[in-house]
Parts: sequence; structure tokens; C-alpha cells
Amino acid sequence: MTMYLTLAVILLVFVVIFQIAKASEYVAVLKGEEQNRKQTNKINGFLMVAFLVLGLIGVWYCNKLYFSKTLLSIDAASIQGEKVDLMIWWTLGVTGVTFIATQIMLFVLAFKYQEKENRKVYFFAHSTFLEVLWTSVPAIVLTGLIVFGLKNWAFFTSEAPKDAIQIEVTGKQFGWIFRYPGKDATFGKKYFKVIDPASNSLGLIWKDSADLNLKDDPFSHDDIVTEGTMYVVKGKPCKLIIGSRDVIHDVGLSQFRLKMDAVPGIPTTMWFTPKYTTEEMKTITGNPNFQYEISCDQMCGNGHYSMKGVIVVVSQEEYNAWLAKQKPYYFSAFPEKAPAEKAADATITATATTAVIADSAAKK
Amino acid sequence: MSHEATLHTSHDAHGHHDHHEHHQSFISKYIFSMDHKMIAKQFLITGMIWAVLGGLMSVFFRLQLGYPDTSFPWLEDILGKWAKGGHITPEAYYALVTTHGTVLVFFVLTAGLSGTFANFLIPLQIGARDMASPFMNMLSYWFFFLAGVVMLSSMFVETGPFSGGWTAYPPLSALGSASPGSKTGMDLWIVAMALFVVSSLLGGLNYIATVLNMRTKGMSMTRLPLTVWALFFTAVLGVLSFPVLFSGFILLIFDRNFGTSFYLSDIFVNGVGALPNEGGSAILFQHLFWFLGHPEVYIILLPAMGMVSEILSTNSRKPIFGYMAMVGSMFAIAVLAFLVWAHHMFVTGLNPFLGSIFVLLTLLIAVPSAIKVFNWLTTLWKGNIRFTPAMLFAIGFVSLFISGGLTGIWLGNSSIDIHLHDTYFVIAHFHIVMGVASMFGMFAGIYHWFPKMYGRQMNNTLGYIHFWVTMAGAYLIFWPMHYEGLAGMPRRYYDYSIWESFKQFEGLNRFISIVVIIVFMVQLLFLLNFFYSIIKGRKLTKQNPWESNTLEWTAPIHPGHGNWPGEIPEVYRWAYDYGKDGKEFIPQNVPIGDDESHH
Repeated sequence: MTMYLTLAVILLVFVVIFQIAKASEYVAVLKGEEQNRKQTNKINGFLMVAFLVLGLIGVWYCNKLYFSKTLLSIDAASIQGEKVDLMIWWTLGVTGVTFIATQIMLFVLAFKYQEKENRKVYFFAHSTFLEVLWTSVPAIVLTGLIVFGLKNWAFFTSEAPKDAIQIEVTGKQFGWIFRYPGKDATFGKKYFKVIDPASNSLGLIWKDSADLNLKDDPFSHDDIVTEGTMYVVKGKPCKLIIGSRDVIHDVGLSQFRLKMDAVPGIPTTMWFTPKYTTEEMKTITGNPNFQYEISCDQMCGNGHYSMKGVIVVVSQEEYNAWLAKQKPYYFSAFPEKAPAEKAADATITATATTAVIADSAAKK
Repeated sequence: MSHEATLHTSHDAHGHHDHHEHHQSFISKYIFSMDHKMIAKQFLITGMIWAVLGGLMSVFFRLQLGYPDTSFPWLEDILGKWAKGGHITPEAYYALVTTHGTVLVFFVLTAGLSGTFANFLIPLQIGARDMASPFMNMLSYWFFFLAGVVMLSSMFVETGPFSGGWTAYPPLSALGSASPGSKTGMDLWIVAMALFVVSSLLGGLNYIATVLNMRTKGMSMTRLPLTVWALFFTAVLGVLSFPVLFSGFILLIFDRNFGTSFYLSDIFVNGVGALPNEGGSAILFQHLFWFLGHPEVYIILLPAMGMVSEILSTNSRKPIFGYMAMVGSMFAIAVLAFLVWAHHMFVTGLNPFLGSIFVLLTLLIAVPSAIKVFNWLTTLWKGNIRFTPAMLFAIGFVSLFISGGLTGIWLGNSSIDIHLHDTYFVIAHFHIVMGVASMFGMFAGIYHWFPKMYGRQMNNTLGYIHFWVTMAGAYLIFWPMHYEGLAGMPRRYYDYSIWESFKQFEGLNRFISIVVIIVFMVQLLFLLNFFYSIIKGRKLTKQNPWESNTLEWTAPIHPGHGNWPGEIPEVYRWAYDYGKDGKEFIPQNVPIGDDESHH
């Protein structure tokens, strides 16, 4: 019922506006086109300035309402993020000044040079000086931004420091799986055809398989696998080795100001150094429910919007305590082997010392 | 079917209707027409239908974003199972978002914009009787029409239309098992897009051939109006880049249906198991897609730039400032358009060095863009501006182009994009600079050339209302989205309530949704004005209502097939002699006077 009522009201408004517009056209014809044009010109000229003034007030007001909700209002939570923020501020400075200057010019010129009787227009078709001026000034300013940007880009995409914590992140519809290399500091090999969602969500190779030509990889035996939540250490670089099990996802870390796609078949990497623990961020943001969220930022299907992960940033001691509690994923698949834990550990540690720590993660 | 035949039939044309047209049946005049003007109108009206559908889709998904907790029972009446209990389902939400993007980008702002104005303006402004190949031109429209029919039919299949985003990235788009929308709906989507590519190639080749070969006597390339230059560059971009998209789609069809692994590797789908594919690259598709996708942005934008240049100059009663710089900057944009595609892929794991090169080339585009903006501003300076509705939309275009162009400098720099990629900041950026700005260009074009199309005037008051509400609305909708993006809010989310970082924008989302509905209503007012004016608008009394210099206004008020009843006018000057030597305007077909000054 309300629906029909709303429709009727809208229709009525339409008819009224339309009739007014038609009437104004008759008036225009009666008054003569010239006269009418002068009048509408005045109105629109005034509206140009009104739009400019209201628009600039609107920009200020919008900023007042929402700036505190953006990430720029709080410190970036990673050393990479600091640089992103600085980059944004510089770019905002350059584009902001240009924005205000050109918008003012546009609307003021439109207002000032609205049609007037007796005005002779200035036949001005070309000026090499002006054209060179506004080719070179933007070019110089942009060069600055490019240099500044590429310097940061080189840093963001550089090799992670050697002491970085390595974590493998795998996206799947619709959640995140994290893997830590365990005591041997080496990720075991995996192969997607041995994935079993119930017991081997990443397809770790821990069984020989003649069909698939696979050999049990002992490095996989101590790998720790968790879902949903990931732990990293404040002040310690953290390298993510990112992949996907099905479609393309994206590891979006807005507080750290970074993101990287998770592509099936092609591992990607990203590293960052967290600056604040989750607890500290609760104070900084004033939000007791604060958490570092991993948002999927690449359309991945109908559950895309719910593909959430959580990063908990803790101190080294808390991290060690957490890690000590984690059981290798191997034992959840082979509970019968759990008693043999000690023996297996010994051999693995021995091999680990000679092993080259490489991105063997997603290689099969 | 060659233009020779067209020339002969129209040479003896006189008055509003020539002999030829008297014999034309309804079908050959209005449906399978080979007259470029009629084909232009077909493109325009089909484009409008798609614009209404695409716009309506955005109203539906904005309802979900603005009112995630409210049930609208009438939505279930309209959408059935896609809005169970009055809530749009995630499946339907993603299908709406995807179709909105596809339809607006391709059907409205490519076919609707280029198809309309390239067809209508190229022959009339260069002084040709018709396109180089009127038959191909007709085919171009009918392929577009077919593409539309197939796209529309995809909305009625059991598993729903394609829902993986307009960019159709595999593996999501390749695997029916990963998303119901990637089943039959995706097959139809690809077929529709393939037909669309054929349409735009047939059109584009024709536009290029016409501009190069069929200019009237005296119409050298450097005397072309900027509209024609813009439409010419647009056609070149389309012809060079659409085939690449097409090849990308062919590979996608193979992966979907014939078991190849161009884009697929190492995939395990929940509930299905591991797929046999190995060795493909999902990123390959993105390269092929964006090799079209980025030029596509300029395919959409350049026609609007051309028309805006023309309209700003005409209504400022002053020559366009820096004509050669305008052509040069469009050329630079057209070249650079092919060299920046990977800036959409900074966070795909692209080689960082390659990323650096694309940063450089991307930000380089800001230079020709800046030249254009300053030249437009200088065109207004010391002019004598008439605020016709077309002029208002042209000024609005410049404002939006500035606002959206500047945020391009943010996103083009990979070290900012790494944070803002795929957030609402991106939505704000491309909607302002490409979506709304080009739409403004299209509106400007419609208001300006409506009298030439139909021999009648549109209602100005409605035009003014249309402009001011749309202008304010565009900023109210998209400006605040920058702030959402700066908070990291991702795009393509159905619901933000589980996200501690993003749910704070609930109120703002609602505000945006309300403005969307109002702005959509005002577009309906525009349509009312358009269709009412076709039938009952004020009849045109002057052949040249805007006192414009270009050739189309030398044709009769109702030009027949062949455009000029007698000889085609000869051209003696460029199109921008406004206010020269104290004269209000000097059309292109007026010979240079003895005492005329040089510029």
C-alpha cells in the first residue's frame, strides 16, 4: 500500500515539474527568446557561484564528519604503512591545491563571463607560452611524485629481511588458512591434488603416492596450520607467502596499508613490520573491539563479503607462548604418530640446519 | 550498398524528403536503415534503454547497501527468488553489480555514446553523405542489438546471470562450480560480449574509413572539429584493442568448455575436488582484459572530451584554446592508453620493476589531461557564455574530469594503490572521471544535437533541473566514497556488518543510497523531456539554433538520406572562428575574406 502511495506521490511530483517546465517554455516564447536567454543566463550564472561555494563548504563539512573515520586519522600500524600515509599526504597536497584552484577558476570564469550585451569576446586561439607552461609544470610536479612513489614501491616490494617470520597464507572460498613452517623453519612441500578439506586442507605431501609421483616430505610433518586467525610479532618483520586454493583472492591489510592478490598456481609475497600490538591499537583507536582484519579485496564469489581473517599482533614472549601450544597439523591427520613426536623432531632439526630456507612453500 | 549508390540516390534530394525516401518502407527506414542518422538514433535509444536498466540495477543494490536490515516486500514481487523475504540475496547482489558494470561500460558508454555520436556527427561534420559503408554500419547496430538480447536473456536463466564482476577474472569466471553465476549465465555473457566486440569493430572501421576518405573539399585534417578528432581516435583505440579482449574471451571459452588450461592451475574447488588443470596463468587473462580495459576508459572518455570542446567553444562564443594542443593531447592520450594497462594489476604479484614502468607511464597521462583542462578553462576566459543545458553539462564535465582525474594521480602511483586498490576510493575515482563525466558528455551531446536530430527543441527548464540535480547528486554520491576508501572499505561487499573496520559507515551508505534514488528519478525526468520533445517539442525555426560554425548546421532542418539536398558545402576554414574580427561567428563554409585577419 505504502508502495503505491509513494509511487503516486512521485508521479504527481513528476507531473507538476513537467507542467511548470512547459509553462515556462510558453512564457519564454511570449517574452521572446533573447529576453528569456538573458534571464536564464543570470540564474545559471548565479547557480555556478552558489554551487562552488556550497560545494567547497560541503567538502569541508564532509571532511569534518568523516576524516576521523579514515585511517589517515590514526598512525599506520606498520613501517610500510607510514610511508604509504606520507605518500598520500604529499599527493593530497599537490592534488588538493590543484583541485581547489581549478574548480574555483572553472566556476568563477563561468560566472564572470556569462553573456552580457556589448561584451566583445577576446579572440584568443593559441599561446605557446601558456601551453608550454601547463605542460611543463604538471610534468615537473608529477616527476617528483613518481620518484617519491617508486622509492617507496621499491621498498615495499624488496626482499624481506632474513629474520622475518614466514607465514604462508592461502585463500579459499571463503576463508583464510595460515601455515607456519614449524621448528625446522622450512615449509613442507604441498600439492593441490592431495587436498582433503577435512584432514589436509593445504594438500601437504606427507604420504608417498605412486599415482601422483609424490614422496613424503618430512619438512611438512611439523608445519602448523591454523584457520581464521594469524599471530605475528610487534616490531619483527613478517613475510607472507600468499596463494589460493581456488579462485583469486586478495589479502587486504588496511591498517598495515598493504594488499596482495592470492592467485592459484602463482605464489606471491609481501612483507611488513607491525608497529603496534592489537592491545595497543585498542587504545590508539579508542575502540575496545579493535582487531586487525584481513579483508578479501578481490571478487571471489557469493561469499566474498564474509571472507574475513584476523591478525593478532603480540609481543615476542606472547608469540612464543602461543607457538609452543600449537600442534603440528601432521598429528591431526595421523594421530597414531603423535607419540613418535620426539624422534621425528630430532631428525628434522638435524636436516633443518643444513637446509636452505627458500620459498619452497608452494612448489611441488 | 556502397556509398556510391547512396550518393546517387540522394543527389537529387530536395527539401526535407527526397524521392528515395518516399519509396522506403517502414522497415527500411526505421529498422534496417542504412542512413547514418537513423542508425545513430537507434544506438541512442537502445543505449538509453540499457542506461535505465543499468541505473535501476544500481538502485537495487544501493538499497541493499543502504538498508541491509530492512525488508522490502515489493522487491520480492519484482525479483522473485532473488529477493527472498524482501532482501536481495548475495547471488542477486553480485549479479546486479556485475551487470550494472558491464552494461554501463559497454552498452551505454561505448555503444550508446560512440555509436550515437560517431554515426550522427562524423558524416555531418566532415561533409559526407553517409558512412563509408552504410551496410556495415547497419550491421554494427544489429550486432549490438543482438548482444543486448543475449545479455538480457542471461538474466532469466535458472542459475542467474554472471556475477563475478564486470572484469570477469578467471578462475571465478571459468568455473561454474565456484559460483552459480559462472554457469549458463557466463556462457551467455561471453556470447553477448563477443557479439558486442563484432559490433564495435564494424562501427570503428567504418568511422576510421569515413574520416580518412570522405571529407568534403577543403576539410583538411587540421580543420576537423574536435568532436571528429575525438571520435576518430576513439575508433582507432577500439579497433586495436577490442580484438585482444576477444582473444581473451576465446581462451576463456576453451577453458570453460573444452578442458584447456590457459588460465587455470592448481585449483581445488570446495565440494568438487581438485581439477585436472595445471600450468595455466590466471594473470594472463588480466593482461588481455586490461589491454582492452584501459583503452576502453578512453574509448568512453574521448568522445565526451570532443563534444565538450565543441560545446564549450560554441557557447563561449570564442575559439577553442590551443586547437593543435587539444588534438596533440588526445593523440598522446590515445598512445599512452595502450601502455598503462598493468596499473590495474599492481597487486597481482606483477614484477615490481614492470610495475614501476607502468607507474611512470600512467602518471604521464596526467600531462595531456592537464593540458586539456587548462585549455578548456582558457576557452571560457573572456568569452561571452550562453548557459544552454548542453553548456552546463559541458562545464559539469570539466569539473568532474578535474575531480576524478586528480584521484587518478593517487591510484596510478603503485605505492598508494597498494593500500587503496579495490576500495571505495577506486569506485569514487572511476565513477567520477569515467562514468559520470562521460555521461555528462553524452547529455551535453544530446541537448546540443537534439535539434539536429529531430528538428525540435528540448525543454530548457527541465534541462536545467536535470543538470543541477545530477551535478549536485554526482558529488554527493561519490565524494564521500573517497573517505570510505581511505578507511580501506573494500568494494563488491554485500554486507559490512561483520567488519569492525567498515561497519561505521552504515549511516553514510544510507545517505548515498537515498541520493542515488533521487538522481535516478531525475534521469527519468530527462527521458520524459527527450521523448516528449521528439513528438511535441517546439519546432526548430532556425537552421542553426546555436549559431555554430560546424557543417551539420548548414544541412536542412530535416536532412534527408544524403544530408545536403544540393552540393556538399565546401570548407574554407577551421571550425572555431567565433568572435573573430568582431563577428559573432563565421561558419566553416564561408570563404576567407580579403580583409580577414590571420590567427
